[in-house]
Amino acid sequence: MTSQQIKILAVVAALAAIAVVVPNTNSFVILLATRALAFAILVMSVDLLLGYTGLPSLGQAAYLGVGAYLTAILATRYQFGLGYDFWLVVVLGILLAAALAAVFGLLAIRATGVYFLMITLALGQCVWGLAYRWNSLTGGDNGINLRERPTFGIDLANEVTYFFLVLGFFTLSLILMYTLVRSPFGRSLAGIRERELRMKILGYNTWLHKYVAFVIAGGFGGLSGVLWAHTAGIVSPVNVELGFSVDALLMAVLGGSGTLVGGVIGAFIVFGLREYLSTLVPWWQYVLGAVYVLTILYLPTGLMGIPERIRQRRALQGPKQAPKKPASAPA
Amino acid sequence: MNMNFWLIQTFNGISYGALLFLVGSGLSLIFGVMRIVNLSHGSYFLLGGYVALTVIWTTGSWLLALPVAALSIALIGLVMERLFLRPLGFDPLRQVLLTVGFAFLFQQAALDIWTGNNFDINPPDALTKSIVVGGLYLPLYRIFMIATAAAIGIALWLIMEKTRMGAAVRATVDDAQMARGVGIDTSRISMLIFSLGALLAALGGVIGGAFLGIYPGLDFEMLPIAFAVVIIGGMGSLGGAAIGALLVGLADNFGKALFPEISYFTLYAPMALILAVKPTGLFGRE
Repeated sequence: MTSQQIKILAVVAALAAIAVVVPNTNSFVILLATRALAFAILVMSVDLLLGYTGLPSLGQAAYLGVGAYLTAILATRYQFGLGYDFWLVVVLGILLAAALAAVFGLLAIRATGVYFLMITLALGQCVWGLAYRWNSLTGGDNGINLRERPTFGIDLANEVTYFFLVLGFFTLSLILMYTLVRSPFGRSLAGIRERELRMKILGYNTWLHKYVAFVIAGGFGGLSGVLWAHTAGIVSPVNVELGFSVDALLMAVLGGSGTLVGGVIGAFIVFGLREYLSTLVPWWQYVLGAVYVLTILYLPTGLMGIPERIRQRRALQGPKQAPKKPASAPA
Repeated sequence: MNMNFWLIQTFNGISYGALLFLVGSGLSLIFGVMRIVNLSHGSYFLLGGYVALTVIWTTGSWLLALPVAALSIALIGLVMERLFLRPLGFDPLRQVLLTVGFAFLFQQAALDIWTGNNFDINPPDALTKSIVVGGLYLPLYRIFMIATAAAIGIALWLIMEKTRMGAAVRATVDDAQMARGVGIDTSRISMLIFSLGALLAALGGVIGGAFLGIYPGLDFEMLPIAFAVVIIGGMGSLGGAAIGALLVGLADNFGKALFPEISYFTLYAPMALILAVKPTGLFGRE
């Protein structure tokens, strides 16, 4: 087996383990896992931009927010999306978020590096401002409470059923994004990340590549938002504020950017620390902050980079081996 | 809406802009010199306010609170830059993420030390009066804010334009590599500018705490507004920060008064547009 096949097998095994273990635990853990999985879709969309295209987005919560608000507004105002039309809401959420990304992308894609970070921050704040102040539509600071989850043959109010739905969407997103980054399109994105000028000279339309990646990431953000709305049961400006976008970016980096599944590990660790540790000790946020700081200082490749680092260290210490390979620079 | 409405709103906008200048100018200089987006800048603002509260509670002196808060936060900035940001070298993304990690740590520390209650910083009685100018009641405190920001702005401008140190800072903003090449110690410049930025933000926290209040969450509320200032004005430029602060102060005030439903949108949408058209901001150096 190639190492790639082993990795895929490991991910499949991990997903299977989640599917088997989580439903047999208590409702607290089930809710926690559902949240983490719904949010992990957003984190993977961040990773698609950060890890594979080299664009650090600090406004990704905007797309989750659009999907979540759409779901909440349709459900509470029009009783829409609570039966089989839930699937329509999923599609609408993805399309609306992708449309927003298509507009924002026109403004943002020209910028690179820290400037991209700031322009996505500004765009994210535009959405937050609307969510916070446009009382008649969004309920302002109080947000919108979703009173019920959809029922269509299966009852999503049942937390285990809903968990499996989110797990399904998550797995589908993972497969889609994995296929995307392994496709020729994804390879060109990685080329742009490494050296945009060279790709331009080779004749690639780098702007269009980045733009399409941005729109796709927005669409996944919308999906994550639709699921999040029904997971949390409330949609409020908190879901679109800067801190939420920062969370998504940090989770991607914590797990290891450019790995997709790393972001999921990041999401589980952060949600675990935040929701579980906070019930045990009052100083849980120190742990979270310290985890971030230490990861960034000592593990630039994130948690997923640990095996590689161990291998490198062994290779360096190993006697009479091939000439030392220079440590690869962090991407 | 009569003339008085416009005059009062303009005055309020300018005084809010004065406060924003204190927060934004430091952020702008830090970006100019180090090319990093300091996401713990809002925390400095909040911590400055909290430290001032402690000084006021123990000594009762508001005047003493100003320098103590400013200097202690400057020290925190100095330690952060030396021990954590500097070792990362020139990797802006990791430095940015590191500042967020610190923002979380500061948030928790503030919650532990000063609890989650809302506090107000009460300025001395002399500043709580109002003066009447042409039929308008102008709070003295807001005039004090404008005067302070103006004084600090002029002092900073003199340092930047007239001293050797200032010339070195400007050189680093323009081209850090070249500046190192001609023998400017850019590492020291970074350290100084980072602590100066922290100092100014903390000062803003003490002064702004009188009418914004000091409460958990204020850090991440101030941060994006400070960014709007920096981005509109142009990163790394003092004059730009001053103009950006005025524009944001006025836009925020009039936005809230005239179109409350989309008031934040009217603030951030121009910011995004300016960034898209001119990534270095209106008055930024190319």
